[in-house]
Amino acid sequence: MSADVLAKVQAVIADKLEVDAAKITPEANFTDDLGADSLDVVELVMALEEEFDVEIPDEEAEKLQTVQSVVDYINAKHG
Amino acid sequence: MLNLSGKNALVTGIANNRSIAWGIAQQLHAAGANIGITYLPDEKGKMERKVEELVAPLNPSIYLPLNVQDDAQIDRTFAEVGEKWGRIDILIHCLAFANKEDLSGDFSKTSRAGFAQALDISTYSLNRLAGAAKPLMTEGGSIITLTYLGGVKVIPNYNVMGIAKAGLEMSVRYLAAEFGSQNVRVNGISAGPIRTLASSAVGGILDMIHHVEEVAPLHRTVTQTEVGNTAAFLASDLSSGITGQIIYVDAGYETVGM
Repeated sequence: MSADVLAKVQAVIADKLEVDAAKITPEANFTDDLGADSLDVVELVMALEEEFDVEIPDEEAEKLQTVQSVVDYINAKHG
Repeated sequence: MLNLSGKNALVTGIANNRSIAWGIAQQLHAAGANIGITYLPDEKGKMERKVEELVAPLNPSIYLPLNVQDDAQIDRTFAEVGEKWGRIDILIHCLAFANKEDLSGDFSKTSRAGFAQALDISTYSLNRLAGAAKPLMTEGGSIITLTYLGGVKVIPNYNVMGIAKAGLEMSVRYLAAEFGSQNVRVNGISAGPIRTLASSAVGGILDMIHHVEEVAPLHRTVTQTEVGNTAAFLASDLSSGITGQIIYVDAGYETVGM
């Protein structure tokens, strides 16, 4: 399940941030490693909400800074 | 009955597939309008690429940059529209901005610079674009802007944007008075809360949407397509007697006291 979520999250990130899939490691930080600006992060959060049919409130979105943190959040929501 | 064929419609404010302006552009296109799109240019050219890809199915005959804070660019873009189309029939103004820190917390802490920028981009831009379009709207037409209840009533966190929208709604009335003699109508659509790139900056937007779903007469909020349908109506001759108005497309929320 978790590997599946990771792959889907990576696909959404690759599409929204227009970065090479190889750079999207679980540890990668959206702003520091993947070059996302604040608008990119908002777009990313909305795309993730759509992909996984979850709502991510602002206070939660602020904590999601790495690929793994997103995977964990979605697994917790769907768990 | 709703037919916009032969009409030239310039649409501003598309950032992605959630943009209200995108819903409007699609419905104007479906009604037969010839579509022109402007985008907000950024240094990397990312917005230009992404929006171009998104709008391609509408076969826009114009695709130009428009930063409403850049007077030279506004003039260049409208000059090009004039050369290419000769005439604008429909102008969609669907853009706003405020610093995220000014969209939550105490309104009295809004900085002078933040206040000025929010009003410049969100309010003055309607005036500026309408003025630029005016000489091209030679056969009558329709100008439509997007507003929100937060410009009339206090909505938590909307803060400086409420002031901007109040100014915008009054601008609609003054512009309607000025443009009426050339048979150009000016109206605003006050949409219920919709999750967009822009609205994500407003603190607690999801709470606002949930509240509307609970208490609005239709027990839901509205879609970009519903706003687009109303825009198509306001752009068409079906609304020929309507100007200077704010039309609520909000599932009825505005009518409810509690």
